[in-house]
Amino acid sequence: MFSLPFKASRRFPSLICRSNSTAPPAGGHLPSIATSTILRSTREAALRTPWLRWLDDNASSPSTVIVGGRETRKMNTYQAVRDAMSIALAKDDSAVVFGEDVAFGGVFRCTMGLAEEFGRERVFNTPLTEQGIVGFGVGFALMGHTAIAEIQFADYIFPAFDQLVNEAAKIRYRSGGTFNVGGLTIRTPTMSVGHGGLYHSQSPEGFFMGASGLKVVIPRSPIQAKGLLLGSIRDPNPVIFMEPKVLYRSAVEQVPIDDYELPLGRAEILVSGTDLTLLTWGTPVYHCEAALHMLSSPEAALQPHITASLRSAKVELIDLRSILPWDVETIAESVNRTGRLVIVHEAGMTAGVGAEISAEIQKRCFLKLDAPIKRVTGWDTPVALQYEKFHIPDAIRIVDAVMETLSY
Amino acid sequence: MIRTFITAPHRAHTRSFSTTISRRQQILPKSNSPIVSKLEFFNSVTGSSSLIPTYRVLDGVGNLIHGAELPQIDKAFAHRLYENMQLLPTLDTVLYNVQRQGKISFYMTAYGEEATIIGSAAALEMDDEVLGQYREMGVLLWRGFTIDDVMAQCFGNEEDGSGKGRQMPVHFGSPKHHFHTISSPLATQIPQAAGVGYALKRTPDRRSRSIAACFFGEGAASEGDFHAGLMLASTIPSPTLYIARNNGFAISTPSTEQYNGDGIASRGPGYGIDTVRVDGNDVLAVLSAIREARRRCLEQGRAVLVEAMSYRVSHHSTSDDSFAYRPRTEVEDHKKVDNPITRFRLFMESQGWWNADAEIELKARLKEDVMKAFKRAETLKRAELSELFTDVYGGEQPWHLKEQRAELARLLRKYGSDYEPWRKELAKFKNNGRDLLD
Repeated sequence: MFSLPFKASRRFPSLICRSNSTAPPAGGHLPSIATSTILRSTREAALRTPWLRWLDDNASSPSTVIVGGRETRKMNTYQAVRDAMSIALAKDDSAVVFGEDVAFGGVFRCTMGLAEEFGRERVFNTPLTEQGIVGFGVGFALMGHTAIAEIQFADYIFPAFDQLVNEAAKIRYRSGGTFNVGGLTIRTPTMSVGHGGLYHSQSPEGFFMGASGLKVVIPRSPIQAKGLLLGSIRDPNPVIFMEPKVLYRSAVEQVPIDDYELPLGRAEILVSGTDLTLLTWGTPVYHCEAALHMLSSPEAALQPHITASLRSAKVELIDLRSILPWDVETIAESVNRTGRLVIVHEAGMTAGVGAEISAEIQKRCFLKLDAPIKRVTGWDTPVALQYEKFHIPDAIRIVDAVMETLSY
Repeated sequence: MIRTFITAPHRAHTRSFSTTISRRQQILPKSNSPIVSKLEFFNSVTGSSSLIPTYRVLDGVGNLIHGAELPQIDKAFAHRLYENMQLLPTLDTVLYNVQRQGKISFYMTAYGEEATIIGSAAALEMDDEVLGQYREMGVLLWRGFTIDDVMAQCFGNEEDGSGKGRQMPVHFGSPKHHFHTISSPLATQIPQAAGVGYALKRTPDRRSRSIAACFFGEGAASEGDFHAGLMLASTIPSPTLYIARNNGFAISTPSTEQYNGDGIASRGPGYGIDTVRVDGNDVLAVLSAIREARRRCLEQGRAVLVEAMSYRVSHHSTSDDSFAYRPRTEVEDHKKVDNPITRFRLFMESQGWWNADAEIELKARLKEDVMKAFKRAETLKRAELSELFTDVYGGEQPWHLKEQRAELARLLRKYGSDYEPWRKELAKFKNNGRDLLD
């Protein structure tokens, strides 16, 4: 079992607690999403989520970090997303939620009960037109209102690419700041789900990374989803909020029930380390966690493959959280300390987000790098249905990349 | 969702009739379509149905046509219409030539569409939200956007309130005049207008009072966003008035290659919205049609479509020579035979509201105003160079933009005075670009 550095143990009490109390089952099963120590299963841990900023009813009172008196509730990711939208609708009368099939609760249950609670004028179905949904949202936000639009799968966001890249991203700039669509948030389920095939699996964040003017955010868990979504809805810029769909039901945390936000544009160090920086976002956060476990305490069959001298390596695991703008400072600081970087994402490698980050980190950390920056990504193929296990950046591919980089 | 009852008589009739049928037969679960035993295809153009008619008030020489009703209009209002119609070609002529001299980079005239644009502008309330394509400068002028404002945008000088010199000429915008900033991608404003209309409906002090008015050409109506927009403003009922300027050409493509149906108007009923086709060269017909369309928009809270038929007398833009794809004589004939400005002038003369002296005085005054503004705009500097990097994001500027701004500053410090293309260019900016170095 890998040991956690002191710094992390203070920051992640729940993680320590669970690591110490729950020994891996016989046979060395890897942690899954359900058993992840990254998820915060106690109220205390949930309320101590880093950078969590409470937004209390009294808007004029300063935000507070007081934990006492706060409650949490066990939620999965779709419930946390729903909770965030419910708060946004309750506190902002101009806010509306719309998209395909959102009125009955949404195909992933993210809008359950919102239409009944807030009325069909505020939570409504649109005809089946992605360019229309985003165009409508742009117009609604142009009037200073809050538009929370849903694209049913990130795979279907491309018909709206023009409205997002040419319109939403550029309106503030082209109008000299006189118009803006800061009230626009596009929510969309993303990443692979086990059997999604070509068009229910994609990770298109890289296509939007060059669309300066947009923000792109991807949470890893229920607490993150709620805080980052509320932050996205209230951010003065159009935000694409990509929700890893495999986490909707599988990732469960104690989530604070009050209104709170997490900051956009900031990565989070989940596990501190000194030997290598492992950077990822969304679903692969859990593959990375499994890979670290595999590295430190490999099951019997894998032991011949996991170099003994590398098992005690201290790997720093970072969740990027925001793709655009991304937190270069945290990543560069980490890599300058560790000298090694492995980037993991589900999207294909060529011109993916990892390419941008590699180039920038190579520039900033050139003298400190002890090994080439490695990328573990989906292959440059579409996501083929029956081949998914060999397509995604699975734990074994990650651990291999980590070992290759450590022993370079 | 609020679904307003369709008030159009023919629809109401169809609905009540078919409801009875389907109740009795219960054959089609999601349609009220009556069942028939005779196999019959239909088509709005080549079938038995005739073409959608074009509404007109004045004939080609300004006389009221038989049975037509004049819209409510007095002498002062008529003067205002005419002045604005005349201002358009005055500005167009000067700016077109200014572009030809290389003083501005681009321009698009509105020759031939003066009645469509000014008639529409005059029928809208001043605070109706307008989303245009690019040939609708006349709406802004009607609302008090000044000739200096026009020049500032086209020259991209420091007074450009539309966009700080960032967009190409004729991409105007002004929140004060409820005119959303023009962008080049065609038809993107059409679904946006549905969202604007819906927002107006959700704004207590504007509900039942303001509409979104959206202009586009017949070419843009071929984009998917046209389909999306009209469908959205119809199914998510939004007070959105769609005004199609059918001027016969999308750059070089004649409308015969743009669609095989009965123009744009024939599509409106498919979306379940009230639709009318109007003679876009008859300012009074446009005025009446848009006033009534606007009223229906508010009454039904749903989209309405107006197709205004005109002819693009001008080249598409300064980058286009339209005689490459249409004969010069066709254009010249059109200007003479069916000129919207002449038609309205003759009407005003018949009312005793206008004469040759007034015409000479107006033309001289407009020309002088435009030339004065042009000469002034020419001397103004551009905005500060550092505006290159602002307004990409609201809130704090992200690191990548801060760094790129610093990088340009570094390069300017090093090469700014020695590299001629930059030195000459820097002199055109306010503070000569020094603001970026601070």
